[in-house]
Amino acid sequence: MKKTTDDTAEILRLLHQVKDPEIPVLSVVDMGVVRHIEIRDGEIWVTITPTYSGCPAMNTIAKDIEDFLLGQGFSPVTIKTVLSPTWTTDWITENGRKALKDYGIAPPSKESWDKKNIMLEEVVVKCPRCESQNTQMTSEFGSTACKALYKCLDCLEPFDYFKCI
Amino acid sequence: MTKTQQLHNYTLRQGDNCLILGQRLAEWCGHGPVLEQDIALTNISLDLIGQTRNYYQYAAQMNEEGKNEDDLAFLRDSLDYYNLLLVEQPNGDFAHTITRQYLFDVFHFHFLSQLCSSKDEQLSAIAHKSIKEVGYHRRWSSQWVLRLGDGTNESHSRMQVALDSLWKYAFEALEPDDLDLQMSEAGLGVDLDKIKKVCRQEVLDHLKKATLQIPQHGSGQVGGKTGKHTEHLGYILAEMQYMQRTYPGAKW
Repeated sequence: MKKTTDDTAEILRLLHQVKDPEIPVLSVVDMGVVRHIEIRDGEIWVTITPTYSGCPAMNTIAKDIEDFLLGQGFSPVTIKTVLSPTWTTDWITENGRKALKDYGIAPPSKESWDKKNIMLEEVVVKCPRCESQNTQMTSEFGSTACKALYKCLDCLEPFDYFKCI
Repeated sequence: MTKTQQLHNYTLRQGDNCLILGQRLAEWCGHGPVLEQDIALTNISLDLIGQTRNYYQYAAQMNEEGKNEDDLAFLRDSLDYYNLLLVEQPNGDFAHTITRQYLFDVFHFHFLSQLCSSKDEQLSAIAHKSIKEVGYHRRWSSQWVLRLGDGTNESHSRMQVALDSLWKYAFEALEPDDLDLQMSEAGLGVDLDKIKKVCRQEVLDHLKKATLQIPQHGSGQVGGKTGKHTEHLGYILAEMQYMQRTYPGAKW
């Protein structure tokens, strides 16, 4: 049955059920990818922004959001992608940070990206398993564009770090 | 040329740099010296191809012949590509790839930092998005230049060979052509004079730190921005465009 709503907060709440295809513990809302929801004459417009320019998950995310809302009975649904303002890891919610950590991915540093990166400095990354700060970067680039590879020198486990951008 | 054509061409050539280097790096897929660096090379490739799409999609909106982003990538010949000569150079050994990457990354980073303040909203948005990624590329390649340059005798000598062979293309990016000047004057593009000094200095200081000798020959061979390429570009396009040329309009 076709449903209509003019409550954007309801849509946002529902979108928590749509997960990032590459990090399935994180919803697209907690990821900060959903930027804006608008309802015009019954049509739902969802604005999303990519995490990385080349993130191959973006097409899937757009399709998943559309399919999910259609599946909930809302129609028509339009997904719009914008580049500005630029996505930053600061938009990952507290919920999202916790979900990342529980999943074994160290959440992004909260310190500003710009300064450290321009100065070519290293950041201290805590092991998501044993909290040790005695960790070492194995590679600046990991299994997806948004992650780096680290290892913990205390518990000896390798782990992913969600890079701060 | 109309103002829209100028903006179209300028946008296109930023995309061309990203696409050709992205394609080159993708050739490393499965051949990296160690798994982590294989992944790094292809991650950087992916970032660059994503940036290419942003530029090409924008150029396509302005394209008078109604070409889309795929047409721009797959149906242009080498004379209609405007990328820098540096980015089309072959991968060679890991030292060549790192040297090429480093020289491009330093330019790319400073270029984008200026493009962020372009009066054109979309170019500025693409620059803001890209620079965060390129910051990581620059950090990665500059660390490798140090590690290999100031490394073993073998790594040092390979880096020196790579630097000597790529040096003539090192600073083409910083030599403005007519389009650069027009776009910078209009406040839409980057004033290359503003970044020339900082780029050169950063490269020279870093190479010195990596114990490498600065080659004595020239470093500003031009041609790429006006479609005059080295022999290598044709081979990249032949491989990259094969499917679309053989099966026009093929989709998956």
